[in-house]
Amino acid sequence: MATSSVSKGCFVFKPDIKKRKISVPIEDYFNNENLESEDSKLRFETYHLLWQRMKSETEQLQEELNKNLFDNLVDFLQKSHSDFQKNSSNWGCQMKFREIPTAALILGVNVTDHDLIFKSLTETLQNNVTPYVVSLQAKDCPDVKHFLQKLTSQLMDCCVDGKSKEVKSVKTPKKTNYSMDSLSSWYMTVTQATCPKMTIKKRTTSSQWQSPPVVLILKNMESFSTKVLQDFIIISSQHLHEFPLILIFGIATSPVIIHRLLPHAVSSLLCIELFQSLSCKEHLTVILDKLLLTAQFPFKISKKALQVLTNIFLYHDFSIQNFIKGLKLSLLEHFYLQPLSVLCCDLPEAKKRIKFFSVNQCENIRRLPSFRRYVENQASRKQVTLLTNETVLKEETQLLLENLHVYHMNYFLVLRCLHNFTSCLPKYPLGRQIRELYCTCLEKNIWDSEEYASALQLLRMLAKDELMSILEKCSEVLQSSTEKHLDSTTQKVKDFLTQFQNLDDSKEEEDACGSQSKGLQKTDLYHLQKSLLEMKELRRTTKKQTKFEMLRENVVNFLDNLVRVYLLPPESQPLYEVVYFSAAHTLREHLNAAPRVALHTALNNPYYYLKNETLKSEEGCISNIAPDVCIAYKLHLECSRLINLVDWSEAFATVVTAAEKVDANSTTSEEMNEIIHARFIRAVSELELLGFIKPTKQKTDHVARLTWGGC
Amino acid sequence: MSTLQLKESKVLNVQFVGDDNVLNHIFDREGGTKLKKEKAQLLVNPQKIIKKPVCESEKNDQEVLKDQNYVEVLGRNIQDSLKNGSAVDGGNKVYSFQQRKHSEEMAKLALELAKTARKVVPLDSKADPETKKKVTRKGKGHSTSEKVQPENNNKAECLSAPPRSLRKRIIVPVSHCDSESEYSASNSEDDEEAARDDEDADVVVLSQKSRAQSRVLPAPVSKGTPLKKMKRDKASDLVEEYFEAHSSSKVLTSDRTLQKLKRAKMDQKMLRNLLSKFSPSFSAEIEQLNQQHEKLFRKWMLQLHLGFNIVLYGLGSKRDLLEKFRATMLQGSVHVVINGFFPGISVKSILNSITEDVLNHMGTFQSVLDQRDWIINKFKEDSSLELFLLIHNLDSQMLRGDNSQQILGQLSSLHNVYLIASVDHLHAPLMWDHAKQSLYNWLWYETTTYSPYTEETSYENSLLVKQSGSLPLSSLIHVLRSLTPNARGIFRLLIKFQLDNQDSPSYIGLSFQDFYQQCREAFLVNSDLTLRAQLTEFRDHKLIKTKKGTDGVEYLLIPVDSRTLADFLEKEEEEAS
Repeated sequence: MATSSVSKGCFVFKPDIKKRKISVPIEDYFNNENLESEDSKLRFETYHLLWQRMKSETEQLQEELNKNLFDNLVDFLQKSHSDFQKNSSNWGCQMKFREIPTAALILGVNVTDHDLIFKSLTETLQNNVTPYVVSLQAKDCPDVKHFLQKLTSQLMDCCVDGKSKEVKSVKTPKKTNYSMDSLSSWYMTVTQATCPKMTIKKRTTSSQWQSPPVVLILKNMESFSTKVLQDFIIISSQHLHEFPLILIFGIATSPVIIHRLLPHAVSSLLCIELFQSLSCKEHLTVILDKLLLTAQFPFKISKKALQVLTNIFLYHDFSIQNFIKGLKLSLLEHFYLQPLSVLCCDLPEAKKRIKFFSVNQCENIRRLPSFRRYVENQASRKQVTLLTNETVLKEETQLLLENLHVYHMNYFLVLRCLHNFTSCLPKYPLGRQIRELYCTCLEKNIWDSEEYASALQLLRMLAKDELMSILEKCSEVLQSSTEKHLDSTTQKVKDFLTQFQNLDDSKEEEDACGSQSKGLQKTDLYHLQKSLLEMKELRRTTKKQTKFEMLRENVVNFLDNLVRVYLLPPESQPLYEVVYFSAAHTLREHLNAAPRVALHTALNNPYYYLKNETLKSEEGCISNIAPDVCIAYKLHLECSRLINLVDWSEAFATVVTAAEKVDANSTTSEEMNEIIHARFIRAVSELELLGFIKPTKQKTDHVARLTWGGC
Repeated sequence: MSTLQLKESKVLNVQFVGDDNVLNHIFDREGGTKLKKEKAQLLVNPQKIIKKPVCESEKNDQEVLKDQNYVEVLGRNIQDSLKNGSAVDGGNKVYSFQQRKHSEEMAKLALELAKTARKVVPLDSKADPETKKKVTRKGKGHSTSEKVQPENNNKAECLSAPPRSLRKRIIVPVSHCDSESEYSASNSEDDEEAARDDEDADVVVLSQKSRAQSRVLPAPVSKGTPLKKMKRDKASDLVEEYFEAHSSSKVLTSDRTLQKLKRAKMDQKMLRNLLSKFSPSFSAEIEQLNQQHEKLFRKWMLQLHLGFNIVLYGLGSKRDLLEKFRATMLQGSVHVVINGFFPGISVKSILNSITEDVLNHMGTFQSVLDQRDWIINKFKEDSSLELFLLIHNLDSQMLRGDNSQQILGQLSSLHNVYLIASVDHLHAPLMWDHAKQSLYNWLWYETTTYSPYTEETSYENSLLVKQSGSLPLSSLIHVLRSLTPNARGIFRLLIKFQLDNQDSPSYIGLSFQDFYQQCREAFLVNSDLTLRAQLTEFRDHKLIKTKKGTDGVEYLLIPVDSRTLADFLEKEEEEAS
């Protein structure tokens, strides 16, 4: 069936029912033709499982992170409402009646993540506080009427959800008028009717209240029109005594915005309390910590890819969701591109899978650069067997995988220790965040870098209590792991700690003997200077370190040693390709594309795409046999805001005829000219479609340029 | 170096120059002044290469470097990207300010491009900029007319149609020829400056002032661009140039119109015919590109199923590619193809085709939002439903509105609705804010195809394409067939009257009274009430328009162009006979 028509823009295609049944399972699309590997199904399953695990982990994390905030919010709501409930005749309370309790929720600029937060907030509130939770968006409320309408209809829905479905038919709201009056009368009837029911139901906490409050969440409060907000607040404050409303403002920028949006007269009707959610950067740190900086998930990301992802986050959107999307994409790409990614699963499972490897897959292993490097370092006899004997290879691979696993276990522990040490240094030579440290460690041998050297130097100057607290943290980190590979290290750290503690006692004696020997007599200036110089000399030459200094030196050396042993870059490990995703450019292409640059390149330098030698030209030039649209584009760049079509078409014709003359020296016929003109028309209308020009009425037969300051 | 000298001479020889002197100078040496204009063109160009040896170009390069650093910070440097078109010098070239351009520049460039054609390998033009310079220097000695001649012949050969006007353009402003005839148009500043050094000091003074003066001066000077500042190394100068380019509301372009050309307009059909005769070049390479893209089909399917949506960008129509995708991948599943470039498309029609044809729902909806909610609920309830949406040109005029994008985004965020779309407009990504982008959950794919936008531009009321009017004609015929013979007669009367008067520019329509009179005489109506009833019918079908004239009399007009009307009458007569 054709999909072009002059009368229709949408074409629906429905295959027969019979045909539809045989839809292809997703796994089949996973088959990467370039790889010709037989285990694509298995790889897809592994991907799927791993992704599910990672996803549930992130969801859990988010829940935990929000928990604190939500608890506070719920507390606030309950408190403010119970105040309202106590019908005290106190004057202060009376005044307070006129104030709507309001929670200002500062969520940060990552607007895309807010939806999730609001969703779980609504759930929490419905479970803990009140069934009447309504959330409104600015888009739905251009004026007060729509505002009230939305509010009412959503409230009724809440109520229906809270009760059984059968009520729905009875409660068809009248579409005619929405007012606060009707709302409050509705509220009266509903609360009176449902209260007995509610007690029986699950809501034990909320049942203690005669009338549960109505919570109204305004998502992204900045985008509401001020007038609507003001009017609504004034109206509802009048009805507060019969309609217990509580507002929650979602704020993306700063709390000042409330006062900017609402005049004093209105904001004085609100009783505002601020709540701050976790900043998105901390959020990111937590996510990285739990997903990547752990041996729990076998999948790892190379330095470049990680940088792309964090850069998108830090420079573009601050969106956790997008970051997770990027992670998902890299996981997918890894499993799609790397045939050996089938081994990217938990260690026991991977070992099992190796046993069933085919000849082909063994060949794949042998082809890995890291494995080749490994083989080259072996004795020649072993080399031969590794390259020829499948069973030996499989055994060796198992061993290597296990080593890789252990390497990761130790790597992250030591990385954390190092981070503990460096994160307290002035100016943060190795970065403030652990992700920066991780990036440098992934890239190269960190001990070769200048920053590392300066960090060590700074460490040698630490005071005792700082050092001790760091060591304590480190020992906590080391003890947290269940594996026993770093037992000796843990022990060593503990030893250091006890040594430091013992220092306290011995140090006093030392101090005493130090001061006693140098009892200075009364003397003249010259002698004083002399003796001081002597003392200085003495100190330098003997350089008698105190015990503490020696211990500190030991600690730093110990740390340095740890780093050199355990923080080798992953490239040094055989089989690292199996778990590391390194195709950073695909991430950038697909997540952070630059359509304008691509368009510009295609028009400016067609050789880039069409690899034809005749199109090759130096920078800035364009060959005249280039596609029509490129030539027209090039010519239009020479014009200012307006372009005369006649000039343009003549210039175009000049170029094109010259190009054609190269091959055929025929005279130009009228038909040729017609065709050239037609080509010109097409090129111009294509440029119009692409948004470079538009028709204008400023002058006859002119078009206006739209790009780069034009128009 | 010459700049330095120049500065010295400026310092030494400041003297008073009378206005008349200045004027004389400008008239005399207009060529010289014109050449002086700077070509700070970061954007394009052939000239840049020739300029390379000049120290100033180094400065440019530094700027480029700086820009690239910035670009790097943004994570946009693509040294390692193999395929993405963005590899070519970052944003610098793309996003620099527009310069004030001279109207003749295009012709110049055209000649240059035409010239490079002769050399099959254009590289050698770079090889010896020195010789080139020599050529132009030599050229200066010749008389201008001589130089223009071969050029002109060449052009006249190429385009036989407008030779006279072209010649006029080249010859008349003598000064222009000077620059125009040199292939390496602005080769150089040092050339110019050398030339200028010969002239005495007041030229320099003049050049300093000329910016201001050129405004006062009459026509000839206004043809040349005003002088720009000598130094332009700082970004602030770029900014200045930007404002300079936008300072005057007037833009200098030639006044020629298409009417002077013989082949002014052609209609869509003719255009297609002509284009079909022209075989596009590089078909092999384009084919190769397409094959590369087709390899991605399975991957697209996979990613669609995993919750991503796919958007294609890059030069060239992506319609064929998507059609192929549809044909190979979507035969077994429900899918909707949406031509965004279709001028009558709207979100409403998209939603309608989903509710009516896909979900078989016969009811109506209060609003688009209701409809959207209904669809979303339906898809959420029934997870066995699956729908592929193929949207050609998601960025088209009709769909780019905020509301439409919001609704489409919400649809596409459903886990069982898969969206694959193409965008072409340069600024297409600006449609989406962060919220919408996260709704769409895009994966970007660059698919540069270089294939012509045949279908996409066929609807467009293109600048140079005449509307054939076949659509109004057929609708006219359809409507009139359903009317009574009397009504047809009435309409025919009106047509005839309009055709008779088509040449008079002041024709505003046929007054009702006259019309009534004519109809009565032809025994078509018997009272003005019946005529009015008929007219209401026409008006309902939008066949006529009524307008109140200045005298309060109603005038009737058929809002269809006269050729279509003539065609219609012809057809009617054929049928009658």
